[in-house]
Amino acid sequence: MTALLEVEALEISFGGVKALHGVGLTLATGEILALIGPNGAGKTTVFNCISGLYRPQSGQIRVAGRDILGLKPHRVAASGIARTFQNIELFRHLSTVDNLLLGRHLYLKTGLFSGMALLGPWTPAAKEEMRHREKVEEIIDFLDLQAVRSQRVGNLPYGTQKVVELGRALAMEPKVLLLDEPAAGMNLEEKHDLRIWIEDISKLFGIAILLIEHDMQFVGELADRVIALNYGECIAQGTPDEVRSHPDVLRAYLGTPSAEVKQ
Amino acid sequence: MDMKRSYYRDLRLFDTWPLGLWLVVCAALLALVPFFAGNYLMYVLGYIAINAMVALGLNVLVGYTGQISLGHAGFFAIGAYATVLLAKAGVPIPLALVAAAFIAAAFGFLLGLPALRLEGPYLAVITLGFGLTVENIFAKAEFFGGATGPSVPPFSLSLWPGFSREQNLYWLIMLCAGGTILAIRNLMRTRVGRAFVAIRDSDVAAACAGVDLTWYKTLAFAVSAAFTGVAGGLFAFHLGQVDPTTFNLMLSILFLAMVVIGGVGSILGPLLGAVTISLLNLKLKGLKLADFEQIPLAGKEIAGFISRHFMETGMANIQFIVYGGILVLIMVFEPLGLYGLWIRAKRYWRTWPL
Ligand SMILES: Nc1ncnc2c1ncn2[C@@H]1O[C@H](COP(=O)(O)OP(=O)(O)OP(=O)(O)O)[C@@H](O)[C@H]1O
Ligand SMILES: [Mg+2]
Repeated sequence: MTALLEVEALEISFGGVKALHGVGLTLATGEILALIGPNGAGKTTVFNCISGLYRPQSGQIRVAGRDILGLKPHRVAASGIARTFQNIELFRHLSTVDNLLLGRHLYLKTGLFSGMALLGPWTPAAKEEMRHREKVEEIIDFLDLQAVRSQRVGNLPYGTQKVVELGRALAMEPKVLLLDEPAAGMNLEEKHDLRIWIEDISKLFGIAILLIEHDMQFVGELADRVIALNYGECIAQGTPDEVRSHPDVLRAYLGTPSAEVKQ
Repeated sequence: MDMKRSYYRDLRLFDTWPLGLWLVVCAALLALVPFFAGNYLMYVLGYIAINAMVALGLNVLVGYTGQISLGHAGFFAIGAYATVLLAKAGVPIPLALVAAAFIAAAFGFLLGLPALRLEGPYLAVITLGFGLTVENIFAKAEFFGGATGPSVPPFSLSLWPGFSREQNLYWLIMLCAGGTILAIRNLMRTRVGRAFVAIRDSDVAAACAGVDLTWYKTLAFAVSAAFTGVAGGLFAFHLGQVDPTTFNLMLSILFLAMVVIGGVGSILGPLLGAVTISLLNLKLKGLKLADFEQIPLAGKEIAGFISRHFMETGMANIQFIVYGGILVLIMVFEPLGLYGLWIRAKRYWRTWPL
């Protein structure tokens, strides 16, 4: 099976501090790959490089064989990559529906003038909005967001906001989904739902998932493979059990609560 | 219920039918004004409507997209000059206004380019520089009529048989203002408007969802400038002259004040702001010492204080002091602007026991 997402030898430093040093990974269609590592290991930086928010000093990033390194974030999005953020980045003043509709931005066509001319249900702009609203409603049903459909997301509880963010990424119908600590701050019940959704996204929708997560139990239940980072370098990779018991990984986590790693 | 229909509910022009009815009644009343009111009322309403267009346009940039501009008097001036010069060259007035919109939009794009790299105070200074430059080019260049400005050609448009110049102009202004409200309201419910708001709330997330920040930020400047430009063109006819000194920094700040006083990020906010600032402008313009004596209780003392402590030439600025004081009071007591007041009033009436 050819890799959908290929990242090779990423190098990036911030003011002399090497944040990533030769990080590489591959993600195949239908696969769930987890990225773990202690705080400051460089996990989010990998995401930011893939999304085009950071430009690595060297390395390669390809999606379905196409080079996307150096593309602007909106072009990366158009190549089939969607993501969520560690510190929620929602459009706080918009409703859940509008947040998800923004996720449809790449598929919508309505321009400036046809938008201004939305005068009734027969106008092209209205028809398009309603058509994509259907897709959005499917996602709302899938993620059980019906109750907060028209609420401003800024006022929603933390866990719900994370789900809305996942919904917005799904609305983009991506090939690859990057999830940055999706379970952080969630209670057990929310985590349980989230795990099932991520499984479905992978199995039913066939979206490849790259997942950053500190909760090793969560990772163990979901991930096909795990890559561990420390100080910007890959220190181990393999199945969740292999990585969890890898001596370098244990050592890397010694400074931080090692209970997390051993569950 | 048919699902398609129910999705359209969220796209409707009016959220509820009583609100829709109210707006239709208001629009009808405004349209009928020329048939029963004199020139002065039409002048005042026209002035308000022109300011409202600017406030709505500026709000696209400031309220919805989260950028700032201290140079909108520049777009206002560009619209005024473009309309007048084109009309003088024989272009029909409606066409001249459309052209003014596009010319102002082009300058909006240009100004939007540096805005891509700059934020907050830096953007404020760039736009301020733009406004000052435009003002001075118009005032100094012979081609634009120099310090006295170009003469405004006769307003030759006829919208209703037997209407006077004032009546025709009033209708044109109201049509443009109504069109502005409709266009911006619709824009904000579709793809482009949503991208604007997304950029304001989280530009990183917007970009990662496929929104081209470069394009949409400059587009917001252009859209904002276009409406301001049309308003400028109408203003030239409304005043009957183009005086380059009117397009100064003070005007840019007043435009911004309309948006902020009214409450950013809504349609009603800038409208209320424009009404308030316009009326204050008209009312306070001719403020004289005698007016202070009319203040109950302490009128004599206030007037005495003013005449003792202000220079003769400083008297003209009293209006700005009163003005500034009122603006400060509004913002202190209602940080969300007049729109916040309206929201609260609505809530109050909803819970009113019937
Ligand atoms: N924009 C930036 N400017 C300067 N330094 C940065 C920047 N982004 C990341 N870094 C540095 O790069 C290193 C890796 O950060 P990163 O956010 O990728 O860590 P992480 O693995 O996601 O950690 P956490 O688990 O806390 O989220 C850190 O030392 C961080 O300070
Ligand atoms: Mg991180």
